[in-house]
Amino acid sequence: MLSEQEQREIAAERAHYEQPQAAAIEALKIVQAHRGWVSDEAVADIAAALDTSTAAIDAVATFYNLIYRQPVGRHVIHVCDSVSCWLMGQPRLLELLRAELGIDLGQTTPDGRFTLLPTVCLGTCDRAPAMLVGRDTHRDLEGVDAQRLATLLAAYE
Amino acid sequence: MSSKRATIHIDGQAHEVAAGRNLLEVALELGLDLPYFCWHPALGAVGACRQCAVTQYKDAQDPSGRVVMACMTPCGDGTRVATQDAASREMRQAVIEWLMTNHPHDCPVCAEGGNCHLQDMTVMTGQAYRRYRHAKRTHRNQDLGPFVAHEMNRCIACYRCVRYYRDYAGGEDLDVFGAHNNVYFGRAESGTLESHFAGNLVEVCPTGVFTDKPYGADYTRKWDLQQAPSLCNHCAVGCNTYPGERYGRIKRIENRYNEAVNGYFLCDRGRYGLAYSNEAGRPRQARGPQGPLRPVAAIERLAGLLDGRVAAVVGDRVSCESLYALRALLGAERVFRAAGPAQLALEDAQLQLLRVAPQVADLPRIENADCALLLGEDLLHSGARLGLALRQMTRQRGFAAAAQAHVPTWQDQSVRLVAQQQRSPLHIATPARTGLDEVAATQTRATPRELARLGWAIAHALDPQQPAPAALEPALQQVAERIAADLRAAQRPLLLTGAACAEPALYAATAAIAQALVACGAEAPAVAAVPAAANSVGRALFGGAGLQDLAAQVEAGRIDSLIVLEHDLAADLGEAGLQRWREQLQQLAVFDALPGPTWEAATLALPVATIFEAEGTLVNYAGRAQRHFAVHPPAGDARASWIWLCGVAEARGQSLGPTLDALLQGLAEAEPALAGLRDAAPAADAGGLNAVPRQPHRYSGRTAMHAHQDMHEPRPPIDLDTALGYTMEGAQGPGRDTPPALRTAHWAPGWNSPQAINKFQQEIGGALRGGPAGCLLPLAEGSRAAAQTLGAGPPEAEDTLRLLPLPDLFADDALAGRSPAIQARQQGGAALRLHPRTAERLGLATASRVRIEVDGEQRERPLTLCADLAAQCVGANLARCGLPAAWAGRPVRLRAEGGA
Amino acid sequence: MSQKISPPDKPLTDRIRPEHAPFDVAEYERAGGYQALRRALRTMAPQEVVALVKDANLRGRGGAGFPTGVKWGLVPHGPDAPKHKYLIANGDEMEPGTFKDRLLLEGDPHQFIEAMIVAAYAIQADVGYLFLRGEYHLAAQRVQRAIEEARGRGYLGRNIKGSGFDFELHLHTSAGRYICGEETALISALEGKRAVPRAKPPFPTVAGLFGRPTVVNNVETLCNVPHIVNYGADWYRGLSRTENGGTKLYGVSGRVCHPGAWELPMGSSAREIIDEHAGGMRAGLRLRGFLPGGASTDFLTAAQLDVAMDYDAVAKAGSRMGTGTIIVLDDQTSVVAMVRNLEHFFAQESCGWCTPCRDGIPWAEKVLDDLVYGRGRPGDLELLEQQTRLLGPGRTFCAHAPGAMEPLQSALQHWRGDFEAGIAPAAAAPAIAGPATPEAPRPLSEVLETTPMGPVGEGGR
Ligand SMILES: Cc1cc2nc3c(=O)[nH]c(=O)nc-3n(C[C@H](O)[C@H](O)[C@H](O)COP(=O)(O)O)c2cc1C
Ligand code: SF4
Ligand code: FES
Repeated sequence: MLSEQEQREIAAERAHYEQPQAAAIEALKIVQAHRGWVSDEAVADIAAALDTSTAAIDAVATFYNLIYRQPVGRHVIHVCDSVSCWLMGQPRLLELLRAELGIDLGQTTPDGRFTLLPTVCLGTCDRAPAMLVGRDTHRDLEGVDAQRLATLLAAYE
Repeated sequence: MSSKRATIHIDGQAHEVAAGRNLLEVALELGLDLPYFCWHPALGAVGACRQCAVTQYKDAQDPSGRVVMACMTPCGDGTRVATQDAASREMRQAVIEWLMTNHPHDCPVCAEGGNCHLQDMTVMTGQAYRRYRHAKRTHRNQDLGPFVAHEMNRCIACYRCVRYYRDYAGGEDLDVFGAHNNVYFGRAESGTLESHFAGNLVEVCPTGVFTDKPYGADYTRKWDLQQAPSLCNHCAVGCNTYPGERYGRIKRIENRYNEAVNGYFLCDRGRYGLAYSNEAGRPRQARGPQGPLRPVAAIERLAGLLDGRVAAVVGDRVSCESLYALRALLGAERVFRAAGPAQLALEDAQLQLLRVAPQVADLPRIENADCALLLGEDLLHSGARLGLALRQMTRQRGFAAAAQAHVPTWQDQSVRLVAQQQRSPLHIATPARTGLDEVAATQTRATPRELARLGWAIAHALDPQQPAPAALEPALQQVAERIAADLRAAQRPLLLTGAACAEPALYAATAAIAQALVACGAEAPAVAAVPAAANSVGRALFGGAGLQDLAAQVEAGRIDSLIVLEHDLAADLGEAGLQRWREQLQQLAVFDALPGPTWEAATLALPVATIFEAEGTLVNYAGRAQRHFAVHPPAGDARASWIWLCGVAEARGQSLGPTLDALLQGLAEAEPALAGLRDAAPAADAGGLNAVPRQPHRYSGRTAMHAHQDMHEPRPPIDLDTALGYTMEGAQGPGRDTPPALRTAHWAPGWNSPQAINKFQQEIGGALRGGPAGCLLPLAEGSRAAAQTLGAGPPEAEDTLRLLPLPDLFADDALAGRSPAIQARQQGGAALRLHPRTAERLGLATASRVRIEVDGEQRERPLTLCADLAAQCVGANLARCGLPAAWAGRPVRLRAEGGA
Repeated sequence: MSQKISPPDKPLTDRIRPEHAPFDVAEYERAGGYQALRRALRTMAPQEVVALVKDANLRGRGGAGFPTGVKWGLVPHGPDAPKHKYLIANGDEMEPGTFKDRLLLEGDPHQFIEAMIVAAYAIQADVGYLFLRGEYHLAAQRVQRAIEEARGRGYLGRNIKGSGFDFELHLHTSAGRYICGEETALISALEGKRAVPRAKPPFPTVAGLFGRPTVVNNVETLCNVPHIVNYGADWYRGLSRTENGGTKLYGVSGRVCHPGAWELPMGSSAREIIDEHAGGMRAGLRLRGFLPGGASTDFLTAAQLDVAMDYDAVAKAGSRMGTGTIIVLDDQTSVVAMVRNLEHFFAQESCGWCTPCRDGIPWAEKVLDDLVYGRGRPGDLELLEQQTRLLGPGRTFCAHAPGAMEPLQSALQHWRGDFEAGIAPAAAAPAIAGPATPEAPRPLSEVLETTPMGPVGEGGR
């Protein structure tokens, strides 16, 4: 079941488009914003809310990078792996993150705090390497060391 | 599409072709071998797979040209392409090489092997060696239900499945998931595919992702299947099929293209309803009161019966040959139709409607109509293939909009983009919701009789000469006017109705609308109706009284023996009724392919061949006579009813045979109006044909197939009745003059998959080379220019509560219903349905079980409320609810369970 | 702040104050904002705006450099034109190495909004969308606030400033896919579908979003429009050093001293941008080559540094100006590994619609991977070259794969030796084709193909 809040937000987005299905991506993002990820049930509920089929919504949900169809941690760390960050030492950053969190890409820490994922270019190439933690972009991580990284992550409960 | 011609140059050769068509279609029509994947003749072009690469040159001077996709390139005057140059060949080979990077190369264990478009195209491009040395992506498969097996690793991501299932057939539960080279084609989760047309995925998918599940469980390689042109006899549409046989078993059914009947697709009842023919318990020997009888003895006994007071009753699937033979033996007045009064009226109305229709709606006329009225009939259940066609009809407006934007009809993605939600008006007026409602312009719910009145109101709105129904509800009146306006404005109007809700007045109303359209100067409509069964129209053509009259004769003791031809009387009389008849009659002779109560009650039982084992001619809903041929000879003493009957005739010194052609010749002479039945397919000796082989030229092991029983190779069965032979000698293929009605396969060198059909068409999606398969019987007396009304004016309004039969694709056909795969789709639906308002009125709003009473008989059934159902009727699928067929349309009383 | 008197020479970034919040609507108005809108609404017919933009020779900043005025001219106009038309700002900006639209949206959202309204007026669109990539949270927040402010001041909505012109603007944040930047795929995405490109014709200007006439323009492209209306076509052309009008947001990333982005006259040379503005290479590094305009452009070499960064000159040098954001390759970075990184990106971001792109790029990536680890086989370079040819323009459904091939083909051309070095000695290569040694060490930069989506289908959830 979609919460009333979710339903309201989806209805508002739906009003922005000529056709209901157009709000599919917004609806998925709304649900994800509230729950962290999008479950099978949520996909079906969104389909019902937008007068379309579950398969049609899932076809969309599984296409896009930023829709999580499996549970993720409370904070998702997206490490940019595109060319400018790579040039500026993203491999090292990633290695530090793996060591710090004890997980690999695609995994979630056992305490459910962080999920580590790759992302494509974050559009902040002049201050590479960069990563996104939740909604925050962290830049200039070229010289970062384990301690600074730990401090940085400590801000995320 | 314009009829303008254009001269194009392919590999230096000039060709004159229709302007604006795409190059791929045109090249295929010219007989060239150009590989493709994402294009499909029924689905159009989207340019996704990049397989059909050719090189296009600006003009004769252009030295290098550029590689383009043939399927996305329109032919214009002076279009100049090469298909055999190095650049386009390299590209085509590369596409296969890319596709193969993830394809598992599991051909040896793949049910598609030898029937595989991907294999064909791979060979065609010459891509033989693998350079890719890296890991392949893998997927998990899903359980898609009883019909279709799923093996995603074989996918080449051509998108044909989703384009067919969603865009074409309107299914919602199959889609594409994921992205990049991790795209997945399936359902959101495991579960039975909901579409009535899921089985077509087996032929639509170019490789072995979607395969025929029952076939896979009882598998034989395609090239070891013996085939013959056959028909589906599970409804009145008469789709053309290719059943395949091995070791005496029918293994699978594939579509047999017929542009006028079924095009490229079958429904799932037709594809999966075959298992009854393979049942172990099928009778193979004749039986008398004392036990098994040799055929000669059985024939003699039957011949003896004819001297007495004998009558016969015939089922609605019985071939015209058998119907004729019976009449020739007994005389017309002694042959009765196994039909109650309502059924009889419907069957005759069907024939009448065909006679008065300005033109009969065949498949192309349905698909190309620009406005349609569906009156009463839930086509997706009762004539499913036509329902699929009707869905296509709604696209006409989009095609027109696209044409205005200079987008050709075949440019599928762009057409849909331009069309958006624009649809040609389809008006659905049915007692219950149909699967086509979502694409309909209006949806009207009313009882069948009220719908007939709506029909008359439409007729009256078009032509005031037509009587108006009295006191029609204002809402219905409004709809009537809207529908009338759309029909009047249409260029290709279409009217469809049928027998499923057991209301003959719907036929009369439809005829009245047709007549009114002609009278008001609008375009003459195409008209069709779907009768109950595969040869309802054929049986109606031969005529005969119904069960009521027969019952009177039986009960009055005016007859002492009865011959039952391929029908189970228990369905009409109930087991008790059957028993009563049995006691009244001295002899009961029963012809059937399957045992059943009537068969068990017989004093003389004759085993009959199934449609896969016999020749015969059936007349479909449109009055089209079509012949089916035996795929394999029946085992034991089973044979076509008409063969038994010819034997009886011979025993009585009367000659009907000895061959099919002789029988048909006799028919044509005896019934000149039905001479067309003879012409449904060429005679055995037509044009001095060599036998058309039923076995493909790669058929293997014929000499060894029976070695475990007998080391001598058995003599192949001799077929004197037809131009086909039980042989692999001889050839058929493009360029040979085998008439379409006799082709046992669509195979061409290099084309082993069903896609080979393009080699046999005059034009992609058009007529078959060599003329039509089957022929329309000339039913109209005189000209069809002006339609005539059927019967009297509009019926009166009534408020009787009646039992509304709701058709069901998987439950209604007893024969198909014997397939385990079909049975797996019969779950649920055992409840009676009532509109909540009606329930309220009857005080049943909270009842979960009710007692239903018809003609004094009572049953207890669950009840569900259903808002999308006409008020004033009790909806039920009779088969699923286990209610007698004769209850259809009867007045009912409903009481809460336990009520007085 | 008082109203500007003399026209700015850096119109796009004039009002941007780095590390500060952007102007709110009042500040923006005080700085001369929304003047162009008033002027257009009051004194110009829509077609005049189109003509002016054509005259200014504004070319699309999204990568292809299509003349903006010409594109607008293709939209049906006049009394018979469809009632609804759409204007879409392409702010997807997912091309690696590109970081310019973000600056404009975060730095001066009202400039963007004013641009949208003026452009919408020109083509008579009634609804507009900003298609913004999902990771740009700050930009989303700022633009959304600015939209509300603008609506509050009557710049959006019905009858804008009494002109009779209606326009509504919505923010759509993407769920992430590079292909969403391709304009027809973007339209699919806005319709709530999979972002699969569409066949042309029909072009979006005729049948785009929901089948209606639609213009898609890059954010930077649009931001030029108010200034053109304010100061005229001549002024605008005069800002440039070449035929292509205006200024350009250039950027440099990679191992230079001061990576960054700058608004400079169109046609500034790559050398000037890299050496003067980005401070040249870091100590101890030499420039070996550069991608002039994002990941999907051909490498140019150190010898080509003097190329003027405009559409025609870069094309003549054998590459594309693309987005104008330069990525520098230094002499201590493996070009093979860099190309492998790029191809990984393109392989992941393929939409999966057409065969060459979906299956060809991953193959190229895998071969490059082998080359990086010295596991290449004889024939690999020829195979790569063949891929670059067969995934070229016209061979695939859209421009994604051809873009992917540009860095690969140019790198192979310029630095073939580097690639050859990745081929294993004959003795070491296994005679039988099989998967590359699975236990070979994976590079740190390797990105596992593990996304939270996981395998789809049964049990995959
Ligand atoms: C794969 C691909 C990705 C693209 N990504 C973007 C993008 O992120 N932003 C953008 O403005 N244009 C992008 N484009 C170009 C657009 O298709 C389109 O040409 C552009 O938005 C038009 O705007 P303009 O005329 O103002 O340049 C991309 C093109 C392709 C083929
Ligand atoms: S499953 Fe078959 S039809 Fe569907 S995309 Fe894959 S190969 Fe094509
Ligand atoms: S058949 Fe032409 S691109 Fe697929």
